[in-house]
Formats: sequence, C-alpha cells, structure tokens
Amino acid sequence: MLKLLARAGLSTAAIVVMSAAPAMAAEGKIDPADTAFMIAATTLVLLMTLPGLALFYCGMVRRKNVLATMAQSFAATAVVSLLWFAFGYSLAFRGDGAVFGGLDRVFLAGIGIDSISPLAKTIPEMLFMAYQMTFAVITCALVGGAVADRMKFSAFAMFCALWLLLVYVPSAHWVWGGGFLARLGLIDFAGGTVVHVNAGVAGLVAALIVGARQGYGRENLAPADLSLAVIGAGMLWVGWFGFNGGSALGVGSRAVFAIVATHLSACAGATVWSALEWAKRGKPSVLGLISGAVAGLGAITPASGYVLPWHGALIGALAGAICYFASTALKTRIGYDDSLDVFGVHGVGGALGTLLAGVFATAAVSASATNPGVAGLLEGNAAQLAAQAIGVVVTVAWCAVGTWIALRIVDAVVGLRVSPEQEREGLDVALHGEAMGL
Amino acid sequence: MKLITAIVKPYKLDDVREALDRLGVRGMTVTEVKGYGRQKGHTEIYRGAEYEVNFVPKTRVEVVVADRLADEAVAAIRAAAVTGKIGDGKIFVSSIEAAYRIRTGETGEDAL
Repeated sequence: MLKLLARAGLSTAAIVVMSAAPAMAAEGKIDPADTAFMIAATTLVLLMTLPGLALFYCGMVRRKNVLATMAQSFAATAVVSLLWFAFGYSLAFRGDGAVFGGLDRVFLAGIGIDSISPLAKTIPEMLFMAYQMTFAVITCALVGGAVADRMKFSAFAMFCALWLLLVYVPSAHWVWGGGFLARLGLIDFAGGTVVHVNAGVAGLVAALIVGARQGYGRENLAPADLSLAVIGAGMLWVGWFGFNGGSALGVGSRAVFAIVATHLSACAGATVWSALEWAKRGKPSVLGLISGAVAGLGAITPASGYVLPWHGALIGALAGAICYFASTALKTRIGYDDSLDVFGVHGVGGALGTLLAGVFATAAVSASATNPGVAGLLEGNAAQLAAQAIGVVVTVAWCAVGTWIALRIVDAVVGLRVSPEQEREGLDVALHGEAMGL
Repeated sequence: MKLITAIVKPYKLDDVREALDRLGVRGMTVTEVKGYGRQKGHTEIYRGAEYEVNFVPKTRVEVVVADRLADEAVAAIRAAAVTGKIGDGKIFVSSIEAAYRIRTGETGEDAL
C-alpha cells in the first residue's frame, strides 16, 4: 500500500516540478520578530512530543511496556514528519478545494528561501510548514495512548501513515487550509477539532476495535512510574505556550492573550479535577492533578486566540469536571479500555472547548485592521455556536470513519494486536528486544 | 551454625544492624522484599481504576551465627525490630550444614 502511494507520489512530484508552477502572489513580507517567535513556538511544540508526550504516556503504563510506549512517540515523529514533508503539508494547506487540498507543494516543491504562505503572511512558508508539521506529529502520537500495552509497533507506524493522510490532513484542510469548515465560519485557533477531537475519537475507535488489555478490570495494571508522567505533563503544559501562543502565527498581543488563557485553563482544570477527586475519593491524586491540567489545556486550545484570558479559567474548570467524569464514571460504565484516556481527556475536552469557543468568542481579541473579529454567543452571535457544533459533528463523523478504514487496512496487512504471550511478556522485550531492568 | 532469617519493617533495618553488631555479628545479607501476614495492603486509585495492593514492602535480614549465639541473636533482633503494631514481622531459624570464606578457604565457624 505504501509502495503504491510512494510511486504515485513520486510521479506526481515529478510532473509538478517539471511543469511551470502557478505563480503565487506573495502578499506579505517576512518579519524577523514573527519568524523568531514562530521558530521558538515550533521548537516548543516538538518538545511536547519529544519527550513530553513520550514521558507523560510511558509513566502511566506498566514497567514492561515503558520503552515501547516511548518508541511510539518517536516513531510517530519520524513517520509523520517524513510524510508531512512529502504530501501532508501540500494536501492540507494548499489549494482552493472545499474538501481536497492541493498538490503544488508535494515534496515541498516551490518553497524557496523567500516563499510565503497566504495563510501566514509574515513568516517563511518553510517555517509555517514546519510548525504545522509538529501539530500533525503530536496528534498521531496521541492516538497511541488509547491502545497502550497491546498494539504492534509495525501496526502503529503504519496506522500513523494512513491516518495522517486519511483523517488529519483532510481535517486540517477543512478547518485551517481554507476548506469548507473554515468557510462555514468554524473557529478553531490551535486544534480543538483537528488535534484533540480527532485524536480522541480515533483513540476511542481504536480501543473498541483492538479490544481491552488482558486482565482489564481484574488485574493490577497500575502505572510504572507516575513521576515520569508528571515530568511529561510539565513539558506539555509549558510547550502548550507554543501550541496555542504560536497559533497566532506571529508575535503580539493575540499570542499573549492566547498564552494567558491557556495557562489559566490548565490551572483551573487541575484544580477542579483535583477537588472533585478529593471530594469523591478522599485524596487528591497526583495523576488527577496532571490529568485535570491536560484536560484544561486541550479544552482551551480551540478558543485560546478568540476569548478573554479569564474565559480560559472558566473553560478549564468545566473541562476539569467533565473530563473527570468522562475518564472515570463514563468509561467504567460503558466498559471500553481507553488506557490513557485519550478520548476522555482530549476527545471530550477538545469538543467541549470547540463548543465553548462559540460561546465565549470576543470580537476584540481576534479583531485586526482588516477584520472585525469573531463574536460568540455572549456577544449576541448565536450563529457561531451553530458553526462550532457542525464543526465538531463533522470532525467526529469523518474521524470515526477514516480511523475505522485505516485500522482495517493495517489489520489486514500486519495485524493490529500483539499475541497474548507477547502481551504477557511485555512489549519492550517482545517487540523491541529491550528491557528496563529491575 | 544457624541461619537466622528476619523479615522486618524497612525502617527498622538500622536498629537491627546495630543490635547484631553489639553482639559481635560481623556480617549480614539484606534484601528488599514484599509480603503480607496480618498486616493488610492498601488500595490505589488511578483515574477510574481501583487496585487492591496486597503486598507490603519489608526488609529481609539474613545472618549465619554459631549455635551458641543463636538465641541471643534472635532476642536482639526481636528487641530492635518490635513496635507492638501489626506488621512487625517474623524471625525464622534453620540449620546450616557448612560455611566457607571464599578469600581464605576457612571453614565452619571460622568462616563466619
């Protein structure tokens, strides 16, 4: 399958490069401050995956699977980055199609030193491409958490490749690349739908198809080392300043508003999740603190550049409560094994935040010289909430379908799940021939 | 010679070591173990998942002493390790058939 795609891609690239590429009117001028900021933001977002997510996830699995879990973050980075450079960027962020993107930047053809994307007019196009690449990377890496401890490494790598092209790239095009959801008026500053709803729904579908871990509900599946998860969560929190702040695509007040909203959301999420747990269970767990923070961070993501910072605290608080419920009572009641709560935290949090963006959007935050800004329900614009709801529904629907297709293909080619013996032995030894030691 | 195996609370290790040292016991082997007796474990909760952890961390101290020292050694260990609360541990005594010092080849009580 991949060989076919590769051959098709190389032929396409050859044709594109050899023919005269249409001249893109380069409005915009590379601004050194914006460029410096966005390089920093790109770095921060990559740090969120390497090693942020790697640590966050590996600390929560059993000792015999720690290395394998970290491997998924690194593998996702490698596979997704290479495919992004080859096809992903072009198909997501080029072209005028409502549904499909363009092929003019396949293998980054035509991106020169001076190139500027119309979607980010004050930074080099190469930088815009790289920044978006780090988003694609972490989204794919996130999905692995739902099927932790039982997915084959080959299956995960292949899944990343297929899912990137089937789900993430179209979704990014529809929301950020000028596709039909953007034209509908959907606002999603940094990826409530493209990143979090997609990762969450994909995780849920994967968890349902791959099935629960052996011993789920009966055996002790306790985390190997929560201190690693805490360190990872810290990197995610700080890195999110680049994830949301950098989505302003330039330096300035909007980036700052986004960062402050993000931070307050994390704090509120951590506080509320912790408080609920304290009340319900008698003790506030460290896992609850970091989970609440990440829930808040995911929820504020779509709203961060559109709302006032104190709205962030409100959104984070709601996310802390709702994601707590989704990751505990709901999961237990329905009975699926979303091992690291990708759906409960990212899926639910992202959807919630996308809807709340339609409630709290404040025109002054997103206004500019050429744009009156986007107003939400509280400022009298109920239509925004409708656009947000449509965005969430469309994202969920296509993600579920696309994930199912990707998983069925991977299953047919290499098989999704390790054997029961490999699962017992542990993925570190069984898949990678390595062990953490005593 | 007797092998005395004592399972004690981890924080009692230093007291036990000092007590045996005062008796003239010059060496021991210590391992970190887990187990349970009358002391129950605890419950851990990770998001929605509750796990009963039945085992409690303990420290196992092993010393080999001459027969005539065995009773004193047991008493010394017990005095050092006791707290009066459930989970203080146990002491077992078994017979050792032979002992050797690797460096010099000494045998029997000379090896201890």
